[in-house]
Amino acid sequence: MARARGGAGRGSGPPGEPRLSGYLYLLPGFLVYAAFLLYPLGRAAQFSLYEWDGASAESTFVGLRNYSEILGDATLRASFGHALVLMFFYAVLPLLIGLPLATILNRAKVRGLGFFRTVVFLPQVIAMVVIAVAWRRLYAPEGGLNDALRLVGLDSLARGWLGDYTWALSAVGVIGTWFETGLVTVLLLSGMGRIPGELYEAARLDGAGPVREFFAVTLPSVRGEIAVALTLTVIAALRTFDLVYVTTTGGPGTSTMVPSFEVYNRAFEQGNVGSATAIGVTLTVVIFLISTVINRIGDRATS
Amino acid sequence: MRVSAGERLANYAILIGFAAFAIWPIATIVLSALGPDDAGTSGAGVLGLHPENFAEAWRVGHFGQYLRTSLVVSVVTVLVSVVLSILSGYALGALRVPGATPVFYLFLLGIMMPSEAIIVPLYYDLRTVGLTDTIWAVILPQIAQSVAFGTFWMRAFFRSSSRALVEAARLDGAGPWRTLWSVLVPLARPAIVTLTVLVFMWTWNEFLIPLVMVVSEGLRTAPLGLAFFQGQYTQGFTLLAAGACIVATPIVILYVFLQRHFIAGMLEGAVRE
Repeated sequence: MARARGGAGRGSGPPGEPRLSGYLYLLPGFLVYAAFLLYPLGRAAQFSLYEWDGASAESTFVGLRNYSEILGDATLRASFGHALVLMFFYAVLPLLIGLPLATILNRAKVRGLGFFRTVVFLPQVIAMVVIAVAWRRLYAPEGGLNDALRLVGLDSLARGWLGDYTWALSAVGVIGTWFETGLVTVLLLSGMGRIPGELYEAARLDGAGPVREFFAVTLPSVRGEIAVALTLTVIAALRTFDLVYVTTTGGPGTSTMVPSFEVYNRAFEQGNVGSATAIGVTLTVVIFLISTVINRIGDRATS
Repeated sequence: MRVSAGERLANYAILIGFAAFAIWPIATIVLSALGPDDAGTSGAGVLGLHPENFAEAWRVGHFGQYLRTSLVVSVVTVLVSVVLSILSGYALGALRVPGATPVFYLFLLGIMMPSEAIIVPLYYDLRTVGLTDTIWAVILPQIAQSVAFGTFWMRAFFRSSSRALVEAARLDGAGPWRTLWSVLVPLARPAIVTLTVLVFMWTWNEFLIPLVMVVSEGLRTAPLGLAFFQGQYTQGFTLLAAGACIVATPIVILYVFLQRHFIAGMLEGAVRE
């Protein structure tokens, strides 16, 4: 994060450097960006103050009602609650798995680490729809997960995971854990690779065992990476759309309904455009706040 | 660092166990795609494998058409957004036009903004001007998103590149245009390759934008086509698995050859945010 900043004190460039013509370089990219992202964002803020069904010519100004509804409407509140649950699966669990895993791998310098990195990072490059198709199969009543459970004698646990009111949200969450753990581990490994070996030697001379070594040396050194990992995974949890669309479409009932899916559902299925854009804007603000807070904490910890 | 044999063995076990977990869902679809067709009559196969499933999925699921659309969308998005990003990154990072910092923050906003925030007004406004259900409705918003990231990415590179080199080029009589293309861009090649690879992957895998913008079957991108195929084809899993493999393969092949760019790009891009 700190890398983007800095470079202060380089001054404003030597005299005589062509400056105004510089805008010509900026213009084409900025125009496309402004037309297809900035302008729609402004329009979203505007849409969110109206009630409109998306088809008729008339719309009603309702002020902030679409926003207050997010707090008032039980299903909407629940969908943000589901996003919180997903954050646990997307962000907390991968970190809890990735930290010890990366520590062990970094300590032992085992052979085949490069190949391991390639394999665990692979989910990141595969389209979420493909991943969803694969996991739907694993979760199916006759799928791989239930086969595995029956194999170890846990027949009573076998079920259609994605159709189960109690388990569907966690089942979607586990896909997120699977998806993010590789990314988090690789990120932490690259951070740990930069820790100078002398730090470990000093800790060992002080008589530190592996556990104290982890808390005294490794953990403080990768705080920056942890902040980055949390930012990425929390945002991914909030933006879960493809996965829910393909695996559960919010069901059974509304047990896997999440804000991103509500945006799509309300705007294009229910004809409730104002509410949909209000959720979209809220989602943006929440993402903004979360990344700012996490990065502030990460910066303070590293400085 | 010295590690005991027992610990090393345990490490390998953890390594293998974890890699197996990561590969399990992927292996499931690859093996299902190669197995005997669970819906129809299957041929004899080759050595117990049934590669003919891919041909069948290709025919039944119209994946040729979807891949063609995805290829057009991704290539156009990559070409346009990389060129525009080089130009605007140069303006913000090397030329330092007045007001470069606020403009840079505006671009940062675009990196953080989720598609969900803008997709609804974008759809209705593009419908008003008659652009929905055209390939442009899929391409243009993705160019905008990629330019936001690309500008940020190229700006970081141009800021770190040698000031002295730019000065030398200028003293040699090269204008800003020639300095960019004959001095800086050749140096920036690794950064540009990484940007190209990332934008290509993001565009290929994008789901929400084509889902909302496109109705015609002929304009469906590969992930969208796969999602619809899953909804319609319920006779079995074999062809669906084969279709999933077809959709994922182009990016996986790229990943195998350019994995350094993928991993470094995704990690550094994130760190720089």
